[in-house]
Amino acid sequence: MEKGKGLARRWAIELAETSALSSSSSQFSGIPDPPGYNISLHDQDDSTIAGQKKDAEAAWKSQKAWEVAQAPFKNLVMMGFMMWMAGSTVHLFSIGITFSALWQPISALKGVGKVFEPYKDKRVDTLAPKLLFIALNLAGLGLGVWKLNTLGLLPTHPSDWVSSLSPAPEVEFSGGGLLIN
Amino acid sequence: MASRFCLGLLLLLLHSFISLAVYEDQIGLADWHQRYIGKTKQAIFHSHKTGRKRVVVSTEENAIASLDLRTGDIFWRHIFGENDSVNQVDIALGKYVITLSSEGSILRAWNLPDGQLVWESVLQFSAPSRSLLYVPTNIGMEKDSLIFAFGGGWLHAVSSIDGEKVWKKEFPAESLDIQQVFQQDHSDIIYAVGFLDSSHFVVYHISVKSGDVLKDSMSSLPNGFYGSMVLVSGGILVALDASRSTLFSINFAGSSMSIHEKYIADIVPKCSGTAEIVPSKLTGLFTLRIGACMVLFKVNNGGHIEIANTFSYPTIISDSISTTEGNQAFVVVQHAKKSVQITVKFVNDLINDALKEIVELEPHRGNVQKVFINNYVRTDRSNGFRVLLVMEDHSLILVQQGKIVWNREDGLASIIDSTTSELPIEKDGVSVAKVEHSLFEWLKGHMLKLKGSLLLATPDDIATIQEMRLKSSEKTKMIRDHNGFRMLIIVLTKAGKVFALHTGDGRVVWSLLLPSLCISKGCEYPSVLKLKLWKVPHHHAMDESPSVLAVIKCGHGFHESGVFFIIDSHTGKVRISQKLSHSILQVIPLPFTDSTEQRLHLVIDSNFDAHLYPRTAGTIDIFSREISNIYWYSVDSVEGIIKGHSLQSKCKSDMEDGYCFNTKELWSIIFPAHSEKLAAIATRKSNEVVHTQAKVIADQDVMYKYISKNLLFVATVAPKAAGEIGSVTPEEARLVAYLIDTVTGRILHRVTHQGAQGPVNAVVSENWVVYHYFNLRAHRYEMSVIEIYDQSRAGNKDIMKLVLGNHNLTSPISSYSRPEVAVKSQSYFFTHSVKVMTVTTTARGITSKQLLIGTIADQILALDKRYLDPRRTATPTQSEREEGIIPLTDSLPIIPQSYVTHSLQVEGLRGITTIPAKLESTTLVFAYGLDLFFTRIAPSRTYDSLTEDFNYVLLLITIVALVVAILVTWVLSEKKELRDKWR
Repeated sequence: MEKGKGLARRWAIELAETSALSSSSSQFSGIPDPPGYNISLHDQDDSTIAGQKKDAEAAWKSQKAWEVAQAPFKNLVMMGFMMWMAGSTVHLFSIGITFSALWQPISALKGVGKVFEPYKDKRVDTLAPKLLFIALNLAGLGLGVWKLNTLGLLPTHPSDWVSSLSPAPEVEFSGGGLLIN
Repeated sequence: MASRFCLGLLLLLLHSFISLAVYEDQIGLADWHQRYIGKTKQAIFHSHKTGRKRVVVSTEENAIASLDLRTGDIFWRHIFGENDSVNQVDIALGKYVITLSSEGSILRAWNLPDGQLVWESVLQFSAPSRSLLYVPTNIGMEKDSLIFAFGGGWLHAVSSIDGEKVWKKEFPAESLDIQQVFQQDHSDIIYAVGFLDSSHFVVYHISVKSGDVLKDSMSSLPNGFYGSMVLVSGGILVALDASRSTLFSINFAGSSMSIHEKYIADIVPKCSGTAEIVPSKLTGLFTLRIGACMVLFKVNNGGHIEIANTFSYPTIISDSISTTEGNQAFVVVQHAKKSVQITVKFVNDLINDALKEIVELEPHRGNVQKVFINNYVRTDRSNGFRVLLVMEDHSLILVQQGKIVWNREDGLASIIDSTTSELPIEKDGVSVAKVEHSLFEWLKGHMLKLKGSLLLATPDDIATIQEMRLKSSEKTKMIRDHNGFRMLIIVLTKAGKVFALHTGDGRVVWSLLLPSLCISKGCEYPSVLKLKLWKVPHHHAMDESPSVLAVIKCGHGFHESGVFFIIDSHTGKVRISQKLSHSILQVIPLPFTDSTEQRLHLVIDSNFDAHLYPRTAGTIDIFSREISNIYWYSVDSVEGIIKGHSLQSKCKSDMEDGYCFNTKELWSIIFPAHSEKLAAIATRKSNEVVHTQAKVIADQDVMYKYISKNLLFVATVAPKAAGEIGSVTPEEARLVAYLIDTVTGRILHRVTHQGAQGPVNAVVSENWVVYHYFNLRAHRYEMSVIEIYDQSRAGNKDIMKLVLGNHNLTSPISSYSRPEVAVKSQSYFFTHSVKVMTVTTTARGITSKQLLIGTIADQILALDKRYLDPRRTATPTQSEREEGIIPLTDSLPIIPQSYVTHSLQVEGLRGITTIPAKLESTTLVFAYGLDLFFTRIAPSRTYDSLTEDFNYVLLLITIVALVVAILVTWVLSEKKELRDKWR
């Protein structure tokens, strides 16, 4: 993906055209194109090229949006691996990992609008990718919280609520001891 | 997984080896150690030879010591066992110190220069008697020089070279009371004189060589004898008759005894009162105390008694010594208001004074109680005299040429109670110059330290650094510090003297002698009892100084009344002194203070009535509001009865007294005398702070501690097994431990250890008890721990309820609700026997605890409470390991590094007190016995402060360097950016 970035536009247009046209042609005639026939070669200088371009861009955007939405999944896997590596005892490494695991989804969720802004289009439905993105990030957050819990850092036990509870006052007082003499 | 395991193990290792050890160069930074010997009984000078001049003293604390005559420092010192009191001490052959101890049954010789034991002889003992030691003065280097020791009814002749018993002779002690053993003019006869059936006077002539009785002569007197007799000269003894009205002089030197008698009233008409012979060794003289008179009598060779001089009572007369000219000199010490008059006289010239000096003494030293004299030859060949004074406060003073050469505060060897007080807070307006000076010093010091830490310091520098650390002015200031390390330790000694010691260096800030003040209050024979905190100002009374309460009892009887002294802790001035109208059986500080922050105290008298102090209207209001919740208990260790009482309004005996309250017995626990004998009791410290009531155990579960201030631990042993270890078989021995609620008298827990016996030492803290005893079956000492948990609260495990605060954990507890308790306990072997045991206390009770164990070697061992955890198992689970539970072993480890006293010994260790510092991690420890020792320890290391040797300058330099680096790189980057823009 990274490698083809410079050529992305041309490559994207081509793919969009073929797919759009091939599908429309098959819709119009109901007959599949003959083998070796390529409509794109004929429509190179079509007047509808501008509209097609817009279409293509929208398709590219939506695809891109989906890609972005799926990106946290990889993160999730990596986090999971690192968490497993960190172990379940509380020390600097595990705490650092856990907090980054918590912080990443949260910061990602905060910037949800921004992440999908480049792909905003009237014709592109970004809601679904957004939802996927949010869901994946929430899953990441959940993983972080689960890790926090396994580290024992979540107040889910009675001990977390009473460990600093001062002793109850006593009603009675009694003093004394050995008698002098 | 492997990494997890490794990390877990690492954590465990970090937990388990918290070392307390100090480095060699840290000794003396936070700790101090003072050595004392106690009140001097006998002093022998050794100053004839060139070389070190010294005085050998034996003391009432069963110690002998050799002191430097120039400085009063201890050359060497030996402390005999508790039951091995020193009876007599002398110097033989000019190189051995001979001691007779244990009622005359053990004779030892110590090398004079270094105090090494040369030999020891255990003498035969049949019945307790007077113990006497006679070392012939003339013994030179001849081989068979003998020492004569009398004790336990036996006279022994012992070779002074190797302690071999040459001969022994029994004098049946039932009827015979041997009073003197002496030799006359280097003859071959030893005289043993005494009373037979208290109406006959006996003289035995004993052969020095064989111990055979060559001759015994007896004479009877119908009136009998009173007290002891004194040997006036070689052949003349003086005694008092039973009616104490007639003096007898007995001349037995010749072939027959001749007795002269004199009515005291005839020769001393001015003085009235009962007469008493003052024991002394004055050649040709003796002293008689008659009421308020001290009368010096002269006895001539014919046994004729005549009066020589009369002094008023508090006059002390020393034994006589022979001077170089062959004269006999003695010293008379007379008291003036603020000074003493020291007069040296020669026996043959009683009218003129050889020396007369007036020495000013501080009023807190009291009267002179004993005096010892020593002479030296001045450069002009005249006689000079040194006088050693033993004072009422047990201190020791050497006076020479009218000046005090040195003094030793040996009263501090017999501390009976201690408490602490805060120092005054820092006042505003510290001078600038002082700050600047200290800033310069501070910088200089830190530069040196920096050099040291960068390994650039020369040996000289290192020495300077070490000295600076030791003599830091910071620790000896007389103001409060943030960490709470600087405090005053206020101690009460057996002599009735109150001392305030600074925790920084252990110096005496002030001292006050109470008995002299008691006598002015009409309290005849004061005996000291207790020291309590009277007033600790906190909030609104910050500018007032704190005060302590010293309780003194007049006399030793059951119904004797007492005196209260309220002493300002900062200045040592008596604020209030009050003679009580009732007796004192118990002094109970209550957990209430009045509007001026004075603590309320209850004093229980012998009628079991309670008296409230301080007597103000405010206190009665506070008290009457709380009276229904105040109880008290009494433990009678002789009868084996523990009783609980409640308070009711108004005394029956004195209805007028609004501060007197009647008490009613509520419950009693009686230990049957034939099966149980009270061995030890222990309670929680009243000022102990507990951080939390919950104990979090493995898997995040919770147990609720049973925390009650009204918990009493009682240990009883079988009466047969109350004696020494090994006196009974394991079948006969038994130890029963009780946990008793002192409000209701409920026995919370009872456990029996079969085959165990005392001595029992116990310590109670938070919800646990640790006690130490001897296990006869295993032939080893054992320590047991009992932890008590509150089962009635165990159900509080619903998180929602806890989150919403919907629980009963903070509601007040009443003992009458009879909370259900669960007990966990475990026992371990312990190598040492224990003298005292206590536990560390910290300001908020968060820091983990350590037991401080005073071992038989007079050292203090710090033992983590984690070793005494009843939840220890042989194979703890992973989560238990993470919690810090140590795998169970059958004995408790003794880690040499965890001796708090490092290389020092606190001789005769009697008590350890722990004082919380303001810093949560740190506890101040004060141990007393014959010696004093103070240090501060951090059971979980100092997690809340930087260490003393932290290098601030290095930190400062690092910060400055970083800031400079940031600035430089910033400038460079700006320049580069500008250049890039121009391109």
